[in-house]
Amino acid sequence: MTAQIIPTRTAAETALAEAFGAAKATLPGCAEVAKLREDAFGAFFEAGLPHRRVEAWHYTDLRALMRDALPVAPTPTAAAIETLRAELGKSAAVGPRLVLLDGVFVPEVSDSLPAGVTVRSLAAVLTEGRPDLVALLAAQNHQIVDPIVSLNAALMQDGVVLEVAPGTSVAEPIQLVYATASSVPLARFFRSLVVVGAGASVMIAETCHGEGGRTGQTFGCLVFSVGDEARVGHTAEVTDTVAGSVRLDSFIAEIGAKAKFDSFALITGGGLVRRQIFLRFAGEEAEGTLSGVSLLRGREHADTTLFVEHAAPGCIGRETFRYILDEEATGVFQGKIRVAPVAQKTDGRMLSKALLLADTVAMNNKPELEIFADDVACGHGATCGGLNPDQLFYIQARGLPQADAEALLLEAFAAELVDEIGHDGLIDGFRADVAAWLGSRAKA
Amino acid sequence: MAAVQETVDRVKSIDVSEYKYGFFSDIEADKAPKGLSEDIVRFISAKKNEPAWLTEWRLEAYRRWLTMREPSWARVNFPPVDYQDLYYYSAPKTAAGPKSLDEVDPELLKVYEKLGIPLKEQEILAGVQNPDVPERKIAVDAVFDSVSVVTTFKEELSKAGVVFCPISEAVHTHPELVRKYLGSVVPTTDNYYATLNSAVFSDGSFVYIPPGVRCPMELSTYFRINEQNTGQFERTLIIADKGAYVSYLEGCTAPKRDENQLHAAVVELIAHEDAEIKYSTVQNWYPGDADGKGGIYNFVTKRGECRGDNSKISWTQVETGSAITWKYPSCVLRGDNSRGEFYSIAISNGHQQVDSGTKMIHLGKNTTSRVISKGISAGKSQNTYRGQISAHRKATGARNFTNCDSLLIGNSCGAHTVPYIESKNPSTQFEHEATTSKISEDQLFYCQQRGLSAEEATALIVNGFVRDVLQQLPMEFAVEAQKLIAISLEGSVG
Repeated sequence: MTAQIIPTRTAAETALAEAFGAAKATLPGCAEVAKLREDAFGAFFEAGLPHRRVEAWHYTDLRALMRDALPVAPTPTAAAIETLRAELGKSAAVGPRLVLLDGVFVPEVSDSLPAGVTVRSLAAVLTEGRPDLVALLAAQNHQIVDPIVSLNAALMQDGVVLEVAPGTSVAEPIQLVYATASSVPLARFFRSLVVVGAGASVMIAETCHGEGGRTGQTFGCLVFSVGDEARVGHTAEVTDTVAGSVRLDSFIAEIGAKAKFDSFALITGGGLVRRQIFLRFAGEEAEGTLSGVSLLRGREHADTTLFVEHAAPGCIGRETFRYILDEEATGVFQGKIRVAPVAQKTDGRMLSKALLLADTVAMNNKPELEIFADDVACGHGATCGGLNPDQLFYIQARGLPQADAEALLLEAFAAELVDEIGHDGLIDGFRADVAAWLGSRAKA
Repeated sequence: MAAVQETVDRVKSIDVSEYKYGFFSDIEADKAPKGLSEDIVRFISAKKNEPAWLTEWRLEAYRRWLTMREPSWARVNFPPVDYQDLYYYSAPKTAAGPKSLDEVDPELLKVYEKLGIPLKEQEILAGVQNPDVPERKIAVDAVFDSVSVVTTFKEELSKAGVVFCPISEAVHTHPELVRKYLGSVVPTTDNYYATLNSAVFSDGSFVYIPPGVRCPMELSTYFRINEQNTGQFERTLIIADKGAYVSYLEGCTAPKRDENQLHAAVVELIAHEDAEIKYSTVQNWYPGDADGKGGIYNFVTKRGECRGDNSKISWTQVETGSAITWKYPSCVLRGDNSRGEFYSIAISNGHQQVDSGTKMIHLGKNTTSRVISKGISAGKSQNTYRGQISAHRKATGARNFTNCDSLLIGNSCGAHTVPYIESKNPSTQFEHEATTSKISEDQLFYCQQRGLSAEEATALIVNGFVRDVLQQLPMEFAVEAQKLIAISLEGSVG
């Protein structure tokens, strides 16, 4: 059949094109960056907002779910920064904080960093145009073909560029705090880059500030470049979204030889959340662990999509994700492990487990393997089902009411992955988030 | 590591260059003009002397097909098919409605003899000691290009009430059944190839097992594409009424040719209450030569519907042929307590591309399904398992177990797994695994305790039950199949 279907532009796509047209003159960056933005937007606009016929977005039909594009958030005012300073002063933090307000890095309210770690705003780096950093920021150079990563590359306003000097060992986690200036629904585009030198060790924790503060549409991107023999931990707390909001996070990491990289994410809260992780084992014998827990209720929709590429021999990959779904929530897990022909002796394991608590939830699993090397051990598993009645009975027989028995099982299910995080302070924070979610469930 | 070498040798022995059925028979054929149009659809319908409703049904499908696009989501690459450069109907000239074997063109019989397909009833009976209890009787429907040339054991089957005949004959002899069930599982609008098939389907088998009847023998169809530039579009419809049982086998081969040939079949199975249908396939279409030239494009839609409670449909397939396989035998589990099974061994070599798997759609309560898929790729082939398991809101207590393993031989081939697991009900239990160690811890432990290694024990267990199903195959298929079963799973990956 030669008939071509010419997709009509949705209102959201047209609005994004207008936003890009209006903003491109003022978006930060040297001439080379402007070219990259232009190309990235072209790639996005050609593909349009992904829909269910796009295999990687089959279960998250963004074209249908994102009806309109909101106006881009303005640069935060001095008053907003002062309000934020006062709020941040009240809460104690685990480790130094780097604060982004509406996606813009605010050094005034950020903490100083330990020796060997430097931070600059993304805008400054883009304007200066240091070739090595620009190369790391350009989505095209990661061979990622995804319209949302392209959209972020086209419209990224600011973020942080964090460099950890080779051999530096940072004890406390460095926090990337995402704050919002107002509860008016706006769109935010930001991208951060973390470059970890060879042999360095660091932990980065993405957190959010304020509850229910982040309405609107968020297009975030975090790029990691992990040097040889470095040890990097990463956690992300996606707990501040509210109903009606859209949050699309892209996470791109390239791991050097013999490096170790662990990442954990907790997703609770409303609206539409998609975390897409692009992990590439570029050097030999690296180890990578990706894990996550999604606790969903209401009409929430959370999608975790992985693209794990083994491009070097002897790497070990572990991906473990868990979902608890209640009320009318929808969970999506898609994981693709690709083993290149050179990546012999790859050891890859992927597991997704989902607990379904109501008759009206939906869970979609798609664990995928693409193997081109013949001496590898790769496996994946996926389960979904309800709570085990035997286990419930066992606990109830010991005198706990049903609600408590359920909460105990659910907490254990989620906490198993939380406890793997390599920092006690962060574990406590995540466990408190899980407990809060379970607590509100018990009340309901 | 003797086992690995053995496996390598066995896969080699079924390599593309050793395709045994590649001969071509010079049999005069009656063909429709090349190309596809409403006139061709009418021509095929007229050739079969079909009633008006069926002609209209075909035309409707054809009009629909014109508005559709070829699916592109499968992991296969091939140059676009020119649908106007094909013959949609080709029949041996002498085959027009033979009543008995004596009337069949001896040339045709020779072809089947060469392929090892027993068409002569007495030959099968000859080897049987006691004619009252024939052990292995197989009724064969032989389809040559677009027509069925002969169907054996028709009389004996009709004594049991079983209808087994070409579908073009069933349209006249059992119009009410055909009209009721045709397109009820795979609607004409289903997908690009199924719609095309609905418009131009030529022949295929029709099976109806009346209530409470256990079909007294295996039924089988043997498909042969002979003519050049000809597409084969067969349509098979199997209905097992309440409490009936039938085991059906399908085999297929084609001559070696440099052009790609299209095979777009539709198979529909309907199992009513307490009925069971077992459908086995040994697919051995010509896979193309060592450079990937020629071979069959096998774009097949196979679907069974467990319409009644406690019904069961089981698919078994051994896939070694075709340049491209695009095939997902599926089960729609509509009746409560119904069960679907899918056992598959897919072996690819040379430049073959396989994108195959299954769909288990759980709609009824307490439905269960099991999927076991073994993919082996060698040479420069790409072998993909693509399977969907889904449970709808009302499918309480649905259970599925899926296990798919792949084995790679050599480093220029690929093995891929794409499962889609969709659950909308908390009481479902879906398990998908691609690690060999998890098959059944108890059975593994038992075997290992008796001195077998984990690999040996795994191979034993999986082969054990695959063999169980394969042993149901008639002898002529078993020879080919036996070679495949013995392949060990050593070194297999998810």
